Amino acid sequence: MKDLTFQTLIAVFEEIFGRWLFWAMVAAAVLVTLAYIYVLIRDRSVSWRKFLLAQLSMPVGAVAAVWFVMAMTHSHLSDIGGPVDVIVFLGVAVAGAVGMAIFVYTVEALLGSDRTKGDRA
Amino acid sequence: MKRRDFLSLAALGAAAAAAPLRRADAAPKPVATSAHIVIVGAGAGGTALANRLVRRLDGARITIIDPRTTHIYQPGLTLVATGLKPADYVISDEARWLPNGVEWIQSRVAAVDAEAETVSTEDGTDIAYDWLVLAPGLVLDYGAISGFSEDLIGTNGIGALYGGPDAAARTWAAAQRFTEEGGRGVFTRPATEMKCAGAPLKHTFLIDDIARRAGNSDKLEMLYAAQNDTLFGVPIVSEKVRMLFEDRGIEPVYSHVLSAIDPGAKRATFATPEGSAEIDYDYIHVIPPQRAPDFIRSSGLSWADKWTDQGWVEVDMATLRHLRYPEIFALGDVAGVPKGKTAASVKWQVSVVEDHLVAAIDGREGTETYDGYTSCPLITRIGRAMLVEFDYHDNLVPSFPGMIAPLEELWISWLMKEVALKATYNAMLRGDA
Repeated sequence: MKDLTFQTLIAVFEEIFGRWLFWAMVAAAVLVTLAYIYVLIRDRSVSWRKFLLAQLSMPVGAVAAVWFVMAMTHSHLSDIGGPVDVIVFLGVAVAGAVGMAIFVYTVEALLGSDRTKGDRA
Repeated sequence: MKRRDFLSLAALGAAAAAAPLRRADAAPKPVATSAHIVIVGAGAGGTALANRLVRRLDGARITIIDPRTTHIYQPGLTLVATGLKPADYVISDEARWLPNGVEWIQSRVAAVDAEAETVSTEDGTDIAYDWLVLAPGLVLDYGAISGFSEDLIGTNGIGALYGGPDAAARTWAAAQRFTEEGGRGVFTRPATEMKCAGAPLKHTFLIDDIARRAGNSDKLEMLYAAQNDTLFGVPIVSEKVRMLFEDRGIEPVYSHVLSAIDPGAKRATFATPEGSAEIDYDYIHVIPPQRAPDFIRSSGLSWADKWTDQGWVEVDMATLRHLRYPEIFALGDVAGVPKGKTAASVKWQVSVVEDHLVAAIDGREGTETYDGYTSCPLITRIGRAMLVEFDYHDNLVPSFPGMIAPLEELWISWLMKEVALKATYNAMLRGDA
């Protein structure tokens, strides 16, 4: 690979997803992150009640992310062939888990569920 | 771990992750010129160069000559020929890639007069140039294989994936039958220089894998006919392929060059050092000899003492500049250099030609050099590949040393081929990568 610059990476991602979808996904990720930071600041603490559901959703996010990548790329678990593959695999799973947790926590904090409504800690 | 420790560790990690991402230098000021640059061929090389030149030059007239209106993403043909992607995966509209302000002449080049500095097209137009970039690709010489014709692809157990999206799709029709019904599969390659010398191997590995997954491996006899006594031009890779073939039960036969085919009898004739040899097949993958387009040879632009049967352009190995006509460059498959007939090589070559061309217009000497970089995500089964990268000196030049081992069958290398390669290629066409 020649000159792996930030611009090259952006160009490649734009090509993978299409310019609009890529930037829409970036915008969605930024929005969720901002909303997450907003509720953290608003509540001034992490609500462990809300975090419980977020935590429970993490394995779902991990499995969903791995399934998505495997299905999109004609791959199987048996294709993992070396240490770097394990790292990529775990990276996909962790990204899915963390993304899902942040998403669920934020949604619950913004909309609230019966279980955590009015909960500030 | 204290929180502060954790945070500094995280910061270190983030810094390490960001380190390879060097921001590109600010774009240099465009060079003002009224020069006329003619690019022959709107394939990977010609298109990428046109997109880069319009940014580097101010006032230049750029003409690109190519009769084809569809662009073909050739690295995808191996995937089409194994049913992993549809034929339209590799097709796009050429007009989508060419920059504004470039004149596109949809005609075929008939001749170049390097003394008079003109290009003539088949419809009789003469175009004068100040600088000429030859990037017309190469010609598949099907006629060199007696008994073969393009309409046979997909019938009688004959595949030939190099011919384009339709040929690749028809190749899969024939190959799929073979993976289901079994028999003897013969996989060939020509004795000439060829584009992506990994493709014949990929096709062999993938067809074997597909039959294996279908539970038909015991019905298969796999034969790989190498053109000389190696399986790949780079010795260390050749040795690795030999081991993989042994592991998969693919039998190599050496110094067998396909010379004729009898579709009715399903019999192939090979030229060998001991004379001709016949091998019966149920499926055969044909890759014809590959040569420079006729106009290159008839215009006296080829090497006189090298590749005389193939006619590649006589250029300097490092600068890709013609050795007798300094205002001519060659790019991609047609360049007479020992390696580099892949899209990844083109990516390297484009910036070298751009550098020397713009420098010459500006009255300077260019500084970038091409060292034969060639890359091949050598697929060894669905889901795994080896990211083989090498240079003129048969050295491996891994892009991610210590991370992605070049001779290891890895999932990440497959992911690159499957997900990132076309995107990188498209970004290259736009001049962005």
